[in-house]
Amino acid sequence: MHPVIPYLLAALLFGIGVYGVLARRNAVLVLMAVELMLNAVNLVLVTADATLRQHTGQVFTLFVIVLAAAEIGVGLAIVLQLYRLRRSVITDSIDAADGTVFPSAEPASAADRMEAR
Amino acid sequence: MTVADILLLALGAVTLGAALLVVTTRHVVRAGLWLVVALGGLAGCYLVLGAELVAWVQVLLYVGAVVVLLLFAVMLTRAPIGPSRDLDRSRGPAALIGLGAGGGLAVLLVDAYRWTVLELPAAGTAGRLGEAVFREWVLPFEVLSVLLLAALVSAIVISRPDVAAGRLPEPRRAAEPSPDDGRSPDDAGQPASLGGSARGGGE
Repeated sequence: MHPVIPYLLAALLFGIGVYGVLARRNAVLVLMAVELMLNAVNLVLVTADATLRQHTGQVFTLFVIVLAAAEIGVGLAIVLQLYRLRRSVITDSIDAADGTVFPSAEPASAADRMEAR
Repeated sequence: MTVADILLLALGAVTLGAALLVVTTRHVVRAGLWLVVALGGLAGCYLVLGAELVAWVQVLLYVGAVVVLLLFAVMLTRAPIGPSRDLDRSRGPAALIGLGAGGGLAVLLVDAYRWTVLELPAAGTAGRLGEAVFREWVLPFEVLSVLLLAALVSAIVISRPDVAAGRLPEPRRAAEPSPDDGRSPDDAGQPASLGGSARGGGE
């Protein structure tokens, strides 16, 4: 087995993920590209595991998969909250300085919007 | 070229093609479905590399749970079914940085490993990985469980603005005429003492 093949695959996958994160405007698609980058790192860990002849790399891959699950849970909660507030998940249109604040600081309006949903 | 090499090349081609489609397709739902193909191809690579448990955890957690969550989010944010024109911003700089990162890493790794040949070690079965986790990595394992709990709680807090604002649900008065028949369906399944909390607290 030539370890350069999976390493090359991981590098190219990471590049594709970087492109996706930068080019996509829909927040859900950005999260998908982040998953691609995380998977590229996982592939590097598994391949390095094969070269080191211990199972440390695979254990770390499991940890990263669990971290990705936590990340996607919190990330999607944020995206859905953004959609509830703005009716849009286009990341270009998020302007943090336009006076609309997040619900913890402006509870009434956010609660009203929840009611109106 | 051994069988493992050929398998890795084939699965890698599938994975790379599907990943390219994830970041370039004009259909939001199809991006999620191509992600299934990409992650499945990676699970195949893990199997070829001898990481059995990781491959099945990948199938269970990524293909099973994460992609389903992403598709749920696609549908909850009312993504259009057909092709959408405005999914990408200008592609030039993104392609430049993506090519730079991917190409740079590729050159680095190819230069480091050249065409060295490696014998695959014993497969990472559940028993061996369990031994490694509970011999050497017990503390990270436990910390990870706390992190999962924190992520769970924070996801609930983020998606419930009334809880995030520190206003705990108030019990509803039974005699109060209920003007809010058009409540959100989320509240419908809750007991009466929990429902309508956002309105009660907002006044």
